[in-house]
Amino acid sequence: MATPSSRLRESEHNYPAEPLLRVRDLHVHYLTPRGPVRAVDGVSFDISRGEVLGLAGESGCGKSTVAQALLRILQPPAVITGGEVHFGDRDILEMSDDELARFRWKDVSMVFQSAMNALNPVITVGEQIEDVIIAHGAMGKLEARQRAADLLDIVGIERNRLDAYPHQLSGGMRQRAVIAIALALNPPLMIMDEPTTALDVVVQKEIMSQIDELKRQLGFSILFITHDLSLLVEISTRIAIMYAGQIVELASARDIFERPLHPYTQGLMSSFPSLTGQTEALTGIPGAPPNLLQPPSGCRFHPRCQHCKPIFTKIVPPLVEVERDHWVACHLYTDVGVRA
Amino acid sequence: MNFILRRLGFYLVAAWASLTLNFFLPRFMPGDPATALFARMQGRIQAEQIQTMREAYGVSDDPLWQQYGAYLVNIFRGDFGVSISYFPTAVFDVVRSGFVWTIVLVGVSLVLSVLIGNILGVMGAWKRNGFVDSVLPPLLMFVGSFPFFFLASVALFFLSFEWGWFPLRHAYTDGLAPAWSWEFIRSVLYHLVLPAATSIVVAIGGWMLGMRNTMISTLAEDYVTMAEAKGLSQRRVMFNYAARNALLPNLTAFGMALGFVISGNLLVEIVFAYPGLGYQLLTAVNNLDYPLMQGLFLMITFAVLAANLVVDLLYVRLDPRVRAG
Repeated sequence: MATPSSRLRESEHNYPAEPLLRVRDLHVHYLTPRGPVRAVDGVSFDISRGEVLGLAGESGCGKSTVAQALLRILQPPAVITGGEVHFGDRDILEMSDDELARFRWKDVSMVFQSAMNALNPVITVGEQIEDVIIAHGAMGKLEARQRAADLLDIVGIERNRLDAYPHQLSGGMRQRAVIAIALALNPPLMIMDEPTTALDVVVQKEIMSQIDELKRQLGFSILFITHDLSLLVEISTRIAIMYAGQIVELASARDIFERPLHPYTQGLMSSFPSLTGQTEALTGIPGAPPNLLQPPSGCRFHPRCQHCKPIFTKIVPPLVEVERDHWVACHLYTDVGVRA
Repeated sequence: MNFILRRLGFYLVAAWASLTLNFFLPRFMPGDPATALFARMQGRIQAEQIQTMREAYGVSDDPLWQQYGAYLVNIFRGDFGVSISYFPTAVFDVVRSGFVWTIVLVGVSLVLSVLIGNILGVMGAWKRNGFVDSVLPPLLMFVGSFPFFFLASVALFFLSFEWGWFPLRHAYTDGLAPAWSWEFIRSVLYHLVLPAATSIVVAIGGWMLGMRNTMISTLAEDYVTMAEAKGLSQRRVMFNYAARNALLPNLTAFGMALGFVISGNLLVEIVFAYPGLGYQLLTAVNNLDYPLMQGLFLMITFAVLAANLVVDLLYVRLDPRVRAG
């Protein structure tokens, strides 16, 4: 949200635009009987206008938890225990219930992981688009219906499917319908939480190019969450790699693919086959993700890391900018590592 | 549409089957009501009297299939024979008057207990471990675990007999003529409070727990989370997204429970001397009024079938996924 004063400042002094979303030191704990599980542990990142930030990592690394924390839709026992999430000049974590209800979907909408479960089975697709438009007081009933039909058009579903129930649509169409709902209020930021995971490869490809197309037309920013790095190649501007509740590497998509610095990112890269290059044996990453009830001391990746030195198990590596706009949390690039 | 037609066909067959069973079962039993009565009287009645009674009971020596045909024809004409205990009133008329009162009592208590129970269940699940959720289920289950006749008797003893807040018996003040007058309706409602309230208090806990449990699993569904992310009002998320879906399995349970509700009402009617089907059944059994018993069984069966048909139609209305099949 550019307020008049901030716009003035930009034009006068030519400062870089403020980021749309600014996450600082976000902590989310799952309160279990055996103690808090630190699912998100000090995550910070920015998303600028029109940018696509890819957030990748293994299952259970906390990436979906980050997404849900941004809209404050975490279910108990998950609790946001600290940090700041600024959207424009407002802190989402400080919002009252009313403010939050107005903020949700209007400013940040979300495409859920499984379209199969994201649509209410007993309400027509049309009504599920209309209700969000009406709830935010954007339009009356008739106009909302018109807008809902237009939205179906935009995502490539026939307008007359407005009165169809979710079970009458194919998997791909359902995911398109979910995207149509996310577009309903034209939000500046969309969170996409594994939007294509449940679909077969062909439909996956279609949906991805659709998202790309819509993004170019409408210019919204995306936080794209996936465990499949190959999906991020074409779409993302920057990529953040998450491991055990923390961001371990953050850089432009190009840098992540061409020069991954963190051993974990390097491992992820060698976990999927290249279509064009030479056939190589996949190396992958040995071991399993850590138990976040008792995360490993020091660098959390150390039990699975080939480059580990004793001192790395004691000291936590900070996320530092080792090259221009290339951030890594790894001792191989810190003073500790150099001295060891 | 297709689905509804198929269901209708099913209920038609079920109705025919119950009619047929109702006819054959008593006839497969050894002896007949008249001979049983004769045996009890130990020879104090004459053979001619037995013959007259056999005729009154509709017992004849015609071939079974002929009797069956005549029986079906009679049923369609609404002729269930003549009641013995209410002689010479026709069974049909006796059952009809009882049916009205049972429907009033069962209808009111069932609708209210299901409605209140489900709403409490929704609220309990919504504010998990809140006041409604932590206090009501154990309390209601405690009350509901008492034998019903005990609870009803205690209520009757204190509220009606000792303190005189409510009438002791019957569906309306004795001597009042049934009419659509305010006075009569008020009397009916006044007599209805205690029997309805006791059966509601007993039943409500089960409905609440059932709804609460399905609601909790529904609340974890993605579409509920998404509805919340959409910034919809709490009411809409709670009812149109969560409760609307949680209702479906409970509706099935409701349909299955209906069969027991009408027969379960028997105790209420007996304790409060409420002139419904249950009370009549007791009278019929006490007086060995076989025609009335048969008529009552048939009526109860039909009522349960009709109620289940309504539940089926409701299900079609509420779950679009059923319509397609």
